[in-house]
Amino acid sequence: MSSKTLSKIRNTFDAQKVIHDLKHFLPAQNPLKDFVHHNTLHAFQDMKFFDGIRKASAIFGYHVSLTLAEYRNLYAEGRIKKEVLDSIISEKFGKYEVDAWKEKMLSEKYNEHSSPRIGTLRSNWKRAYQIDLDSMVHPTLFRIICGFLDQGIAIWEFPEKEKTFLDALRAMERNSFSSYFRKSRAKSLLLNTDCKIEDLLKVLVGDEGLYSQYLFDQQFAHQGWSGIVSAVEDNPESLLDARKISLSDVITFELLLEIDALDYQFGQHQWQPLSQNLKRKPVQLFADVEATELNDVLAIWQLAFEWSYYDEVLAGIKLNKNSEIPQNPKTFQALFCIDDRECSFRRYLEQFDTSCETFGTPGFFGVEFFFQPEGGQFYTKVCPAPVTPKYLVKEKSETKGSKLEKDLHFSKHSHSFYSGWLISQTLGFWSAVKLFWNIFRPAMSPATSSSFRHMDKQADLTVKHHHHDEEKGLQVGFEIDEMVARVEGTLKSIGLVTDFAPLVYVIGHGASSVNNPHFVAYDCGACCGRAGSANARVFCDMANRAEVREALRERGIDIPAATQFVGALHDTTRDEIVFFDENKLSATNLNNHQTNHKIFDTALDYNAKERSRRFESINTELTPAMIHDKIKIRSVSLFEPRPELNHATNALCIVGRRSLTKGLFLDRRSFLNSYDYQIDPEGKFLFNILKAAAPVCGGINLEYYFSRVDNQKLGAGTKLPHNVMGLIGVANGIDGDLRPGLPSQMIEVHDPLRILFIVEHFPEVVLDTIQRLYATYEWFINEWVNLVVVNPETKDFFVFQAGEFIPYDLVATTIEEVSDITPLLESTQENFPVYLISA
Amino acid sequence: MTQILNYFLLLPIFGFLLSLLIPDKKETLISQVAFLTVGLHFISAIVYVIAWFIKGCPTLNVKDIDVFRTTGYDFFVDLYFDKITVVYLLVGALLTFMVTIYSRYYLHREQGYKRFYNTILFFYVGYCVAIFSGNLETLFIGWEVLGLSSFLLIAFYRERYLPVKNAVKVFSIYRIGDVGLILAMWMSHHLWHENITFLKLNNYELVHEHLQSHTFIGAFISLMILITAAAKSAQLPFSSWLPRAMEGPTPSSAIFYGSLSVHLGVFLLLRTYPFWEQQISVRILIAMLGLLTAVITTGIARVQSSVKSQIAYASISQIGLIFIETALGWEDLALFHFAGNAFLRTYQLLVSPSVASYLIREQFYHFSPTQSSIEKSFFSGKLLNTFYILCTKEWNLDAFMYRFLWNPLKWGGKKMNFLTLNSIFAFFAVVYGVGLFSVHHKELINPNIQAYLPVTFATIGLVMVLKAFTERKNALLSWFLVVMNHFWIALAVSFNEKFTFNQVYLYLSGVVVAGALGYWCLRKLKNLEDIIDLNQFHGFSYKYPKLAFLFLLACLGISGFPITPTFVGEDLIFTHIHENQVILASFVSLSLIIDGLAIIRIYARMFIGPHTKSHHEVAYRSS
Repeated sequence: MSSKTLSKIRNTFDAQKVIHDLKHFLPAQNPLKDFVHHNTLHAFQDMKFFDGIRKASAIFGYHVSLTLAEYRNLYAEGRIKKEVLDSIISEKFGKYEVDAWKEKMLSEKYNEHSSPRIGTLRSNWKRAYQIDLDSMVHPTLFRIICGFLDQGIAIWEFPEKEKTFLDALRAMERNSFSSYFRKSRAKSLLLNTDCKIEDLLKVLVGDEGLYSQYLFDQQFAHQGWSGIVSAVEDNPESLLDARKISLSDVITFELLLEIDALDYQFGQHQWQPLSQNLKRKPVQLFADVEATELNDVLAIWQLAFEWSYYDEVLAGIKLNKNSEIPQNPKTFQALFCIDDRECSFRRYLEQFDTSCETFGTPGFFGVEFFFQPEGGQFYTKVCPAPVTPKYLVKEKSETKGSKLEKDLHFSKHSHSFYSGWLISQTLGFWSAVKLFWNIFRPAMSPATSSSFRHMDKQADLTVKHHHHDEEKGLQVGFEIDEMVARVEGTLKSIGLVTDFAPLVYVIGHGASSVNNPHFVAYDCGACCGRAGSANARVFCDMANRAEVREALRERGIDIPAATQFVGALHDTTRDEIVFFDENKLSATNLNNHQTNHKIFDTALDYNAKERSRRFESINTELTPAMIHDKIKIRSVSLFEPRPELNHATNALCIVGRRSLTKGLFLDRRSFLNSYDYQIDPEGKFLFNILKAAAPVCGGINLEYYFSRVDNQKLGAGTKLPHNVMGLIGVANGIDGDLRPGLPSQMIEVHDPLRILFIVEHFPEVVLDTIQRLYATYEWFINEWVNLVVVNPETKDFFVFQAGEFIPYDLVATTIEEVSDITPLLESTQENFPVYLISA
Repeated sequence: MTQILNYFLLLPIFGFLLSLLIPDKKETLISQVAFLTVGLHFISAIVYVIAWFIKGCPTLNVKDIDVFRTTGYDFFVDLYFDKITVVYLLVGALLTFMVTIYSRYYLHREQGYKRFYNTILFFYVGYCVAIFSGNLETLFIGWEVLGLSSFLLIAFYRERYLPVKNAVKVFSIYRIGDVGLILAMWMSHHLWHENITFLKLNNYELVHEHLQSHTFIGAFISLMILITAAAKSAQLPFSSWLPRAMEGPTPSSAIFYGSLSVHLGVFLLLRTYPFWEQQISVRILIAMLGLLTAVITTGIARVQSSVKSQIAYASISQIGLIFIETALGWEDLALFHFAGNAFLRTYQLLVSPSVASYLIREQFYHFSPTQSSIEKSFFSGKLLNTFYILCTKEWNLDAFMYRFLWNPLKWGGKKMNFLTLNSIFAFFAVVYGVGLFSVHHKELINPNIQAYLPVTFATIGLVMVLKAFTERKNALLSWFLVVMNHFWIALAVSFNEKFTFNQVYLYLSGVVVAGALGYWCLRKLKNLEDIIDLNQFHGFSYKYPKLAFLFLLACLGISGFPITPTFVGEDLIFTHIHENQVILASFVSLSLIIDGLAIIRIYARMFIGPHTKSHHEVAYRSS
């Protein structure tokens, strides 16, 4: 191909394609009510981890790892281990290079500053034209987009909200005495032409070869708003009050505003397109990025940091002796979500009742459906985000419960002047009392977002399907065979098929917080950011049905008639638990349940104590019950920006039997998915587990990772100045861009480690399993998550590298053993190494 | 009883100074000092007010200290205590007290924890000085402290672009208010021939007699007071600053811009009520302004889709109503309304992050696709769209400020682009030398020419300071011009009469010291970084926090901040401008406005904003 045709190809601008690419790279965070964790740099996931982040950094200017100084500091503190670092260097460069590289790692000076490619083209407006286009265009643009998308803050709604974004603006501009534009040209372009993006770019930029880069520069100058527009375009149902908006509409409008701003500054037709005044062409945005020595150094540090921790965990698994599964009869069994926050709760249950058994499985318990609470106008999805359920479960209740308590302070009447006049002179004084009260005696209020409000404890659920009962294309309730399939799937995947205890608890989780726009991120990720109460109850309802049990028996799961499943909800912020349908228990079981309830309560007190070590405001040396009270108060305090720490410090996902981890102190850092290789020799259930766990746990982990390493560009910054915009996102101040990602208060204690999956099975089976679906395989082969297999018979480890499993030799030979973790908990706020807990 | 009033100022000052001394990391100690200071203040206030009630609510006045005294001029701090003080004191102390406790955990681990509490206490000092003030001069001291602490709190996240930009914006509006107050002080010197206390203003006959003979002066003073009050209370046409001030941590936005700071305009009106009570036209003007603001900002509040800007505009519209109440003379109602509005908005802002979960839940259960709103019943089609667009554009208020205030200044400054440091220096040396000579040998100059000299020199100063304000390349040059401006002003006023040069020295000594300090800081920065342009924010406070602090002190010194000799000098110099020299007065005050702006611009551009040269995380400009 001659160079001429090549340049011709490069110069052809295809708006649709560029917008498609843009949408791929923009932040993919949904509006607040549907916040779901995901890999912040998902657009680079088709590359190897270190290549992807290097490229992302060079193009978009993100920080993608800790700084050199931070790593060196970790090394000095002993958190990065010398032996691990040596072994990584020698593996990568050979034994003889260790000293030379260590020198570089520890003391070489590097220039860590680099300017990103994004924005270079558009910065020429300022350089060559002395015009600050962003500050002329952004405030208007943001305000209009926010006004259009607003879900209920404004009292006076956007006038033409049912039209598409551009049509709405056209209609308003056509029929108004005022205008968003300052000059006539842009307005007439909007009203009288079809406003093709390429035509507008011709006016602004001129050179077709620069169009694509210009749009990237432009949209990444406010990636928050562009990202939300793109997300809403792809998922219109993420707004209850739907809007027709597209990135293409927003770009068009922004280009018009830019033309208008230039017209205003220089006079209409008095300025030349940007390419006319370009001294030199900017670097192509997506041109290759050369790896530098600094990249290598940082990558080795990251690996050393990760394996210093992983190695301890693996050594712990190897040396763990306290792994006996309780003998029959068991007092109870409990199914929890795999969530890392349940890790310590399970440990305490097992400690206070040595005859109980706990399991972990994604917190929707394999029952996917839309949920409609009593009085709700919409359906809420309660299953992992990628799944689209066919079922609807409705809550039937006499009362609307506490869901709808009102607080006049949020009333819109206080904003108009005559009712505001009355309200400020009456309610105003009540505010002072309330504020005073809330500072000295915080309590639940309508402003609190509480997990127990998700479903009313007394309400009935329509679990069973009744002849052709359908709503909006959804089947109301499940058929018996559909129930059987779900109960069987869940029980088999966790390895619970025999030895049922008389009571099997199924415990979903949720969270409570106040003054927290990110409240959805604290609930159960497997339930799409909702509490898991409805799912737990639905599962129990299914598993308690005689006809279901009959069918299960035929499939090899024999649940004794005396066994009853009980749904429950654990509030991870307050460490409270609520059990459902206790009135349906048999007399014996009710009796047992009351005994167990006390165990749960004690375990929760201790769990609260363990969590409290991270909280500045609570003295960890107090008794568990006292701390528990303080934790509850904390969860409803307006002034507490850290009601709980959510998934911070997560680093592991262990898929295997409980015996693998039972005697280990993992410091709430692990997702625990129960799985028994013996009943799944071909990896059928394992496939389903990993298919869900890789994106869910990997997504959570990487969102924490990137929000931690660049809290300004990839995270949301500190939440203290945040302002809720249109109920869809947060921004700083009133003119700012939306801030996707996690606020600093959520990630400050997080160690940015990629998650390590530890799977208990034979390497060949796991290799075969992960390769069945590329979407899953990509996470592992491109190293966005790490994977180690434990041979269940020999406890040998195999690490997944470049497509194969390689035997792994432990660096650590001993792990400290403790008999009581209480003194440990009271000793420090920092992360702990792994400990063996002696029985 | 009156002497105890001092205690209400000294306590917060002591707390503030103490808080400066605590090391950064000691969060608990820092918050406890604030908590104890404000808590003690609050409790003493309650006890004092009870005692005051028992004594039958007397109006108290105490002449405190003479700051500067010379023949015909007495600058003194005066304290005053009456019903208005009581209400502002109790509301202010209660809210500040609650916010200090609230922030104790809220700001945990935040960089700038100490800075936050320092600024809150500094704010509280200013607030107390203002509400206890017994004359305009004392009030002005508090006023300035409030302005500066506002600037510091809005720019609390100083490493981001928008907070710094908005802090400068708000500061410039405040500056207009400050100068309004200076001019009001200037004219009232001429009206009363003394620094009149608010106590004397209560004397109906006295005021009546003076206003009878000086209608114009009376109207002028009232107008200046109104401008000052309107700027502080975000009334039209200044309203757009208030929502933009919501850049700091939520609790600081809540007490500053939700409640206390923004109601001080009302305080000023209430305090000076006896003065303009007899000027019916002024009262009508105030009421009309309040009404217009209430109507317009209610509309703007209704279209806001972000929760904080909605609360801000709703609050402005209530303050508009309070203006009307004040103009009508309903003092009690205004005070009651103030307290209610302050509490309500503080609480609304503090719980504003909860609006997400609360309203989403409400939407989930109560959604109806078409909402009815009053607008739809009032207007149809075209008018509806027109008003909607105008309200979302905030009636162009923000653009208006740019267009009519800053753009002409910039345009003027840009005309001076040909000037260089050397040419300015040469010009200064020659012309100033001639000027000095003429001052000392007035007898040689034709009185006709002499009459024009003050204005001429003031004009030169003004032109220079315009250049300083728009200078892009060299911060040193800009600084030099700013310092020189004071010399031009001194020279201009020196022609006016035979006053001892002591006064000029007093004025200029502060300028010289602060000017030298600032120059040294900038030189040092130039040596360290070789960057001295004003084209963008450099954010060097990240790297050199101590230097930044020193430079801030220099800026305060040079801008006539109330702790410096420049301040007294400035006030004194103004008393020498005659009441008929309106042009001179307006030039001098204009150059002081721009001077302040140029100074804060240098500080902002050099020391705050995103620090681009380092490798730590830097936020997007738009965030």
